[in-house]
Amino acid sequence: MENQDTQGELWEVFIQSKAGQPFKHAGAVHAYDREMAIENARDTYTRRGEGTGLWVVKSKEIVAVSQNEEGYFFDPANDKVYRHPTFYEMPEGVKNM
Amino acid sequence: MIETKAISNEELLLQFEAKIEAEQKIEPLDWMPDEYRNHLIRQISQHAHSEVIGMQPEGNWITRAPSLRSKKILLAKIQDEGGHGLYLYSAAETLGVSRDQYIQWLHEGKAKYSSVFNSPALNWADMGAIGWLVDGAAITNQVSLQRTSYGPYSRAMVRICKEESFHQRQGYEIMWKMMEGTKDQQEMAQDALNRWWWPALMMFGPHDSDSPRTGNAMKWKIKRETNDYLREKFINKTIPQAELIGLKVPDANLILLEDGTYKHGDINWDDFWKNVNGNGPCNEQRLDHHIKAHKEGSWVRETAYVSGKNK
Repeated sequence: MENQDTQGELWEVFIQSKAGQPFKHAGAVHAYDREMAIENARDTYTRRGEGTGLWVVKSKEIVAVSQNEEGYFFDPANDKVYRHPTFYEMPEGVKNM
Repeated sequence: MIETKAISNEELLLQFEAKIEAEQKIEPLDWMPDEYRNHLIRQISQHAHSEVIGMQPEGNWITRAPSLRSKKILLAKIQDEGGHGLYLYSAAETLGVSRDQYIQWLHEGKAKYSSVFNSPALNWADMGAIGWLVDGAAITNQVSLQRTSYGPYSRAMVRICKEESFHQRQGYEIMWKMMEGTKDQQEMAQDALNRWWWPALMMFGPHDSDSPRTGNAMKWKIKRETNDYLREKFINKTIPQAELIGLKVPDANLILLEDGTYKHGDINWDDFWKNVNGNGPCNEQRLDHHIKAHKEGSWVRETAYVSGKNK
């Protein structure tokens, strides 16, 4: 039989500190369902009004890339310097560009 | 399919150390030496257990706090300690060990927590001394650890430090109010300082010369400053705070040096090791209480598990 005395699944917590700001990762909580996850996240990470918005998502649902893979994984961006505005030559005196 | 490049362990170690040298944080999915991971597993879980066990000496005083104001504050402080334990368990779990496992290791006596919490909290003045000195020592250590090389640990420390300064202030305020009170109250405050001063100094751990794990922990920037350095920093800022409200630290051999810093008397390390090895005044009581609370909570976990399955 499955052991039911667990501390629940791991959920990652993201907080939006002010309306309009991006959500930032804060840490994780344990919970058995979505409602408990969002309440635990509130009690653990926003005891002093740190947030105007909260997201929780099951840790196992997150797809991540490690730094070690960075070399080749982020390769496609490395040879396209023309994506940066500083790549371009501009005539002397051009304004509002 | 992504092709993986075969990189030797030596090369990975060089990359790892270069990253640390450049003050970059190590993240959970990054390669790290086993020794680094194991040191973090031990240190972060010990830190987490300390926060949670540290709720006990103060929890004893919730019902006996002398006013509604102090009761509310104490409750908020203890809730914070629980929260800090959770931040730290969350950081520790990124190393690939579950919280269930960490708690099991604590219950089996394989994991430790700060020995300071094996001292009893005898009266209300102890709530002042614990907040001022124990939290004060913890803050000194935690401010330094904000710069630790492991990303999740560092971020947990930043969050904790933001909240801790209220803890130290609430403790100091208790001591100050007592020192403004009757002669009996002043004696209680001094007595609490006498009992908590040395345990607070021991919180920083053995002298650098006797601290076997400092080497790689410093090299890999898990620790940023040594035990002795942090202890002296704490002493130098705390003694003027004591003097300001008329308290005297219980160190007959304390010397004020010409540069305004202090040289403390010898620490009784026999007491420290007795405590670390499980023979302090409250070791058994603290651990038994944690085990009992965990066992008594099992029906809650089981109910929540079934309820979660059915949603």
